[in-house]
Amino acid sequence: MTRARGEEEALWSAVAEPSRRQLLDLLLVRGEATATTLAEDSPLTRQAVSKHLAVLDRAGLVESRREGREVRYSVRPDRLDAAVQSMAEVAASWDGRLQRIKHLAEARHGTS
Amino acid sequence: MIRNELKREIVIEAPQDIVWSTVTEPEQIALWFSDAAEFDLRPDGTGSLTWTPGGRATAELEETMVIPVRVLEVDPPRYFAFRWTHPADEDPTPVNSLLVEFTLTPEGDATRLSVVESGFEEIERDAGNEAEGHDSGWKIHLERLREHVQQDLAAR
Repeated sequence: MTRARGEEEALWSAVAEPSRRQLLDLLLVRGEATATTLAEDSPLTRQAVSKHLAVLDRAGLVESRREGREVRYSVRPDRLDAAVQSMAEVAASWDGRLQRIKHLAEARHGTS
Repeated sequence: MIRNELKREIVIEAPQDIVWSTVTEPEQIALWFSDAAEFDLRPDGTGSLTWTPGGRATAELEETMVIPVRVLEVDPPRYFAFRWTHPADEDPTPVNSLLVEFTLTPEGDATRLSVVESGFEEIERDAGNEAEGHDSGWKIHLERLREHVQQDLAAR
């Protein structure tokens, strides 16, 4: 239970940071990339890219494999879908609240 | 792909002043958002939203959940903004809380109500920091997720 919650938190905060979203976008386009090539394609330093990749890796959003002296990263689509789904669910919860506001306000208007 | 703000809106067949009071008055908020709401409806007004086990927000709450609220701006009958989910013993900031903004626009005899929740990108968990206060902001998100998973399941 506690563990599942920790994972959910890590997933959400990992994708919520703009630089990390940009890196995810780049990785989706490229399929696979190293920290060095990602740094070339983004305004981030290689050091910053490595830091963000580590966060994404901990959240399970990317996976890496070693090829010779290089570490190549790619997106785990199932985990990315789960993160997108989480945000969609927050949107749905606001829709529920707006619906309740609508019913309340229309009922109050009808009886006033 | 993923945005750092959520915007939703709805058209309500009621005049702006009625929608305004429904959205902003704590007694009304306790009818559409939490199970109880208490705060001063003025800039810098503080208070809380409370969910109780078996209440509206989620059927699976094991204990009462109290989430701090800080009113930022009250501009009747057009705009209402507050921050929430910050640790109870801290002032809300863009880093430790989420911003919720309601905008009301008249449309003939009806009112368009939009809500924008933003700030998700600011919330960072410090590596190795499992402090209780840091945890509370996330509690509400996860409760909300659970709430909707349950609603989705119920709808099937």
